[in-house]
Amino acid sequence: MAEKRLGYQTVRLASPPYIVGAAAVAGPMEAQGPLGHEFDQTYPDLLAGQQSFEKAERLMMQDACQLALKKAGVTGSPPEVDYFLAGDLLNQLITSTFSALPLAVPFLGLYGACSTFAESVGLGAMLIDGGYADRVLCATSSHNAASERQYRYPTEYGNQRKPYSQWTVTGAGAVVLAAAGSGPRITHVTVGKVADLGIKDPYNQGAAMAPAAVDTIDVHLKDTGRSVDYYDLIVTGDLARFGSQMAINLAADRNLYLGDRYQDCGVLIYDSEKQDVHSGGSGCACSAIVTCGHLLKEMSRGKIKRLLVVATGALLSPTSFQQGENIPAVAHAIAIEG
Amino acid sequence: MPEVSNVAKVVTGTSQKSQQAAYQQVVKKAEPQPPKLRNAISAFFVGGLVCVIGEGLTDFWEWAMGISHKKAADPTVATLIFASALLTGLGVYDKLARFAGAGLSVPVTGFANAMTAAALEFKREGLVFGIGGRMFQLAGAVIVFGVVTAFFVGIIASLAQMIQ
Repeated sequence: MAEKRLGYQTVRLASPPYIVGAAAVAGPMEAQGPLGHEFDQTYPDLLAGQQSFEKAERLMMQDACQLALKKAGVTGSPPEVDYFLAGDLLNQLITSTFSALPLAVPFLGLYGACSTFAESVGLGAMLIDGGYADRVLCATSSHNAASERQYRYPTEYGNQRKPYSQWTVTGAGAVVLAAAGSGPRITHVTVGKVADLGIKDPYNQGAAMAPAAVDTIDVHLKDTGRSVDYYDLIVTGDLARFGSQMAINLAADRNLYLGDRYQDCGVLIYDSEKQDVHSGGSGCACSAIVTCGHLLKEMSRGKIKRLLVVATGALLSPTSFQQGENIPAVAHAIAIEG
Repeated sequence: MPEVSNVAKVVTGTSQKSQQAAYQQVVKKAEPQPPKLRNAISAFFVGGLVCVIGEGLTDFWEWAMGISHKKAADPTVATLIFASALLTGLGVYDKLARFAGAGLSVPVTGFANAMTAAALEFKREGLVFGIGGRMFQLAGAVIVFGVVTAFFVGIIASLAQMIQ
């Protein structure tokens, strides 16, 4: 077995890369939520002064990248990074590809639905640890209205949403990883397998993703020989209230008790009492902005020392669910230790 | 060989199919249900209110245009479509519909909203491929099945007349 591999799905990074800069930008709903004060920049409306929702999402990803580079002290034009790894939810990754154009650095586009944040950071960390890069910029974004019009209905169409439906987060998160520096480090990456437990309802993504999340957490702990208690916090990406409840139950079936060290970014990001988001948040930006905006800041404040981020992605397209296919899901985990 | 975890073992059953069936049942049982009674009551009253407004408009057009009550139905429908489209454009309709549900979607107001919302949404893709091509994205099905239903109802009605 390759020397840096642990168990079946995990890699241990021999010289764990540092997170030298991270930034989160968010839309109006997220700014009004309980983490609103944590974001580096917020926008007063969904268009953010642009002509389309797609252009607004692009602006958000570019802003997040610039802020993260600035915090990391990376200067120059083009910025001194070896790779730009990015992903989003829009068809053909238009947010990422159009954001990569002005950056003018080697670019790899990633699609893992809402698991893309952990996918990009995990791959970036492996590139650095493998000796293929000194610095990597990773970015992930989603936009509520741009996603709605692609996956569901026009934004002004009037309908009643199901109580377990989720609200796509508007925003973008970016991280600069480096081989040298200071800050929290990415120590392990667990790449998930695609799971399909037969959920067909595109509004119930939380339930579709919960089995994948539990499997990745379980495998990560077994591969590393760690217990749930090792981490100060284990967060899933966007299972939201219903999905995270399913995850807690599924984990208990495997004798894995997540307890009060477990949270979900989709639950953390909105105030369920005051905001009309039903089950909670979803989207690529959900785990990205909660991690970059809130959790990494909690790490620098010394409140969290060991963090496991398990970003969860529902791998559906409008074509697949209209043709009656199930919704497969995947979850990737990154261990961040301060 | 490291231990290989199996996603599907979380629910009992041996085959992938039975595991999926078991999980589907667990999810179905736990899924929060929409407030059906509340939705039915608000649909009943809002739908009723739309009809009352429609009746009022019919009386108004009958009086204003000096036409028969039956003929006044046409300008009434046009007025409701206009109001619905205007509210959609102002960004109010979706908020009303979230409360009213079927009360607004079953009358002609729902049809008007589906057309206007799609036209507004896709105007950025251009006049021809955006508005022209995608305006019927949601309402197209209503037209297709409306016409098909009308065709069969027409045949049944004419058969009934022949028998008489």
